[in-house]
Amino acid sequence: MERVSRRDFFRLSGIAGAMGLVHWIRPASSPLGIVSLAHASGSQLTFAYVSDSHLLVRKGYDKEHRFTRALKKAVTDVNSMSPQPEFVLFGGDLAQLGLKEELDLGKGILSELKPKLYMMVGEHDWYHDMGEAWKGLFGEDRYSFDRKGIHFVVLNSVIVEDYWTGSKMTPMERMLFMAQLDNPRGNPFTVGPEGREWLKSDLAKVSKDTPVVVFSHSPLYKYYKRWNFWTDDAAEVQALLSPFANVTVIHGHTHQALVNRIGSITFYGMLSTAWPWPYAPEGLPELTRQMDRADPFNQFDGCGWGEAAFSQQGEADKVYNLWDREPMAVFYKDVKAGAIPGQPDRLHSGSSY
Amino acid sequence: MRCSRFIIVMCAVLAVSSPRLQTSETGNAEPFALDIPPEILPPIIPDDNPMTAEKVSLGRKLYFDKRLSADNTVSCATCHDPRLGFADGKAVAEGIGGQKGARNSPTTLNAGFYDFQFWDGRSVTLEDQAKQPLINPVEMGMPSHDAVVEKVKGSEDYPDLFEKAFGTREITIDHIAMAIAAFERTLITLDSPFDRFIAGDNNAISESAKRGWDLFNGKGRCNTCHGYVESYPFFTDNKFHNVGVGAKNRQFDELARRAEHESDVAKVSHETGASELGRFLVTKGRPDIGAFKTSGLRDIALTAPYMHDGSEPTLESVIEFYNRGGETNPFLDGGIRPLELTDEEVGDLVGFLNTLTGSHIDRLKEEFAGDME
Repeated sequence: MERVSRRDFFRLSGIAGAMGLVHWIRPASSPLGIVSLAHASGSQLTFAYVSDSHLLVRKGYDKEHRFTRALKKAVTDVNSMSPQPEFVLFGGDLAQLGLKEELDLGKGILSELKPKLYMMVGEHDWYHDMGEAWKGLFGEDRYSFDRKGIHFVVLNSVIVEDYWTGSKMTPMERMLFMAQLDNPRGNPFTVGPEGREWLKSDLAKVSKDTPVVVFSHSPLYKYYKRWNFWTDDAAEVQALLSPFANVTVIHGHTHQALVNRIGSITFYGMLSTAWPWPYAPEGLPELTRQMDRADPFNQFDGCGWGEAAFSQQGEADKVYNLWDREPMAVFYKDVKAGAIPGQPDRLHSGSSY
Repeated sequence: MRCSRFIIVMCAVLAVSSPRLQTSETGNAEPFALDIPPEILPPIIPDDNPMTAEKVSLGRKLYFDKRLSADNTVSCATCHDPRLGFADGKAVAEGIGGQKGARNSPTTLNAGFYDFQFWDGRSVTLEDQAKQPLINPVEMGMPSHDAVVEKVKGSEDYPDLFEKAFGTREITIDHIAMAIAAFERTLITLDSPFDRFIAGDNNAISESAKRGWDLFNGKGRCNTCHGYVESYPFFTDNKFHNVGVGAKNRQFDELARRAEHESDVAKVSHETGASELGRFLVTKGRPDIGAFKTSGLRDIALTAPYMHDGSEPTLESVIEFYNRGGETNPFLDGGIRPLELTDEEVGDLVGFLNTLTGSHIDRLKEEFAGDME
């Protein structure tokens, strides 16, 4: 296996050594994580998220799968946050194939979390049995709650028009079909008319200057249709949200750092604990500071969990806690100003580059 | 990867065409060429310290000179001993007055090829590295670099040698370090049985070692960090990884979490066991918590015990350590996992590692036997 020696890189760029490289992605005032953000923005509330764990349970195989190990690592990391977050959101795709044993395993691991846990469903949790096991374990797939003057909404945004009844798919066939990344014959994700009705009536009770946070598995905008990085009724959903002064959408599914802003809505993608996706060939929101390509030997590279800190006005700063890399912070003020991020200093992933 | 070949070719072109043998700062001293096969990237030699025969012989004298320590008992060669693979056979180094440090002495062999020196990589050049043990209280224990210079000035033999090497009788700590570094750059071993095997001699290593080489690049996952490149055959990626060695001490997890959240690193660096935080104490970067430099593997059979704290006594125990998946801790490198190697496979890997010893090690030992007196 051939590797480029970093000596080559340094020699060509004329740098004698790596000492003192300042990582531009780090907030200037302090090195790490949410503590700095909380103080910097005088935050009203901070929460943590863990997402897209895609747990697999192999029968007759009692060794822990690496996805299990990764989810446990995220739980340990969240539990060691200081100070502890207000709550933890699970961003969807707890299971890989929507099987009861996968969901049970996930519930057990997440039960170790110290802060209060809110669950959101992803397509991998849903399409084996259309959400029956999920609802039994975790309750309704859409709901809302209020904390410290911020209104939080959890959506089911992976509703897909029925293509399986007509073609007489079995539950597992349906699930495997939904599990593909490339989905040229499938139907795109939607919140759906029922979901939008529910959202409309939920938001009717909320004053327009209340900060609103929407948790959604799919992006709630249109990024790349072939991979279902896409919500087909995004415009209608955004129309329901746009009357509000400050809206933040936190979404999963894309397994990568993503930042977008449409009108007064800020969109932050969540990391996966299991694997990173590459960036799609088109449709990438230009406010996104891209993650560098992952090291294939390192199961944690490009993966992780995250945090968000909200000001009283609902302005959200975000930290991507990439394992084996420096944390990546994204500040609301930069997103609002439309600041296009430059290239990262570090061209290589992995520790100590 | 096409790009990487281009870079390597470009570097070779630059290396050949660059005036590496110029004699700036050395008057009419003789240029000195390192004996390196053309297909291997030469070590980076700082522009202000080109190689000359005079510097190398001065550096050699300094390397073996115990007078550079506070009580005249410790030289560079005490911990980097030609008879012991240019290491010292100990778990951790012992300096003046038998004081123990926290680190296993790395070998000087091929050190000129590494991007970083010390287990935490805090020095980028051999010159910078050479200065530090001199004033480390548990190593050579001199009170200051000025004191070192005074001692060297005070001896009869040195001023002439410094004049020949640097064109001046004014001795400085930089010149002392430059001479030592120049000598160290000559300590190269590239002709092991493994190298002959790679060059096409199928009888150069045993069948077990050949299986070990396959495992090294396969099931053992060793090449993840100890990768081999023909133009850079030193088995290190020059990166830093947490494989959990420091976490054998159960207090590590708690200290590591505190280091993660502490914005003032100085507070953590004075805690007991803080040196296990490794590279983090240099870069303050979270991925570096508990991370140490990937050591090279040439002549590894000669430099037991192993790891940054010498906690693994044999090559077999090292491989068993990795076979278990290192030591779990919150910052364990994502490339580390249990390997499920059989006993035979462990033996094959050890067999392979034993083929990395340079064939002229014995000649080196003989050459420096007199210096060790």
